[in-house]
Amino acid sequence: MSDIPMSHILFVSTALFFIGMYGLFTRRNMITMLMAIELILNSVNINFVVFNKYLYPEKLDGIFFVIFIITIAAAEAAIAIAIIINLYRSHRSIDVENAREMKY
Amino acid sequence: MTTRKIFRSAIWLLFSLMGIAALYFWLQVEFIAAVQIIVYVGGIVVLIIFSIFLTQQSGNEMPKQPLRRIISSALAVLFGFGLTFLQIWNYSFQPGTKSFDWTVAKIGSQMLSTTKGGYALPFEVVSMLLLAAMVGCIVIAMKTPAATNGKLKEEEIENIKIEKQKEVIITEISEV
Repeated sequence: MSDIPMSHILFVSTALFFIGMYGLFTRRNMITMLMAIELILNSVNINFVVFNKYLYPEKLDGIFFVIFIITIAAAEAAIAIAIIINLYRSHRSIDVENAREMKY
Repeated sequence: MTTRKIFRSAIWLLFSLMGIAALYFWLQVEFIAAVQIIVYVGGIVVLIIFSIFLTQQSGNEMPKQPLRRIISSALAVLFGFGLTFLQIWNYSFQPGTKSFDWTVAKIGSQMLSTTKGGYALPFEVVSMLLLAAMVGCIVIAMKTPAATNGKLKEEEIENIKIEKQKEVIITEISEV
């Protein structure tokens, strides 16, 4: 089963990371930027799992890192969406260019 | 990422997250795949779709990006991708000889062990972070403190007892 070399999977995760970077660069909508961040975190997770499985199969550290990253990503998404909805209530827009002042 | 309708991009995000979960299944780490499906597909994508519905009309197209920004960021991204992948390609990894064996029992015992290589301290730190995130969400979402304070505190105390992953999903739910 493991006859597929590691670099192929790393190709997928690198592509995912840079697609997320592209989204983060071009988009100005906060929800889309949040999605881009999720993509980036997912590519990091794939990297952790692959390195753990292929290079250090006797340890489990990569899996722990993946679990912690998933938890933190979920918390981050929850808080970000709370902030976005509040911003939409006060500014009627979720474009980052429109959010100029920090306190309304 | 390139579609201009935000709802479609959320659906594509869902499909790509499912694809990543399938990749985990293929790598035979079914636990991570299950966690991925539960937390991302069940929690985060649903939350994102909710917030899309709350904040804008789903049929509206987002405004077009300036061409200069698209070209420059695409160039930067392609350059970075080429550089990174060149490095990966030129480095020859030496795969480990042993077979990768994990069980949920192993993960659990190492996560709660306080000896060398144990992950008890990060576990506690993450649970504190989740608590802080939950309190922060409640504070952000609270409009009039007098009206809703008691109910939310009850909910909060109840939430602390529940284990980690559930805590995340409940945070999202109570926040929505």
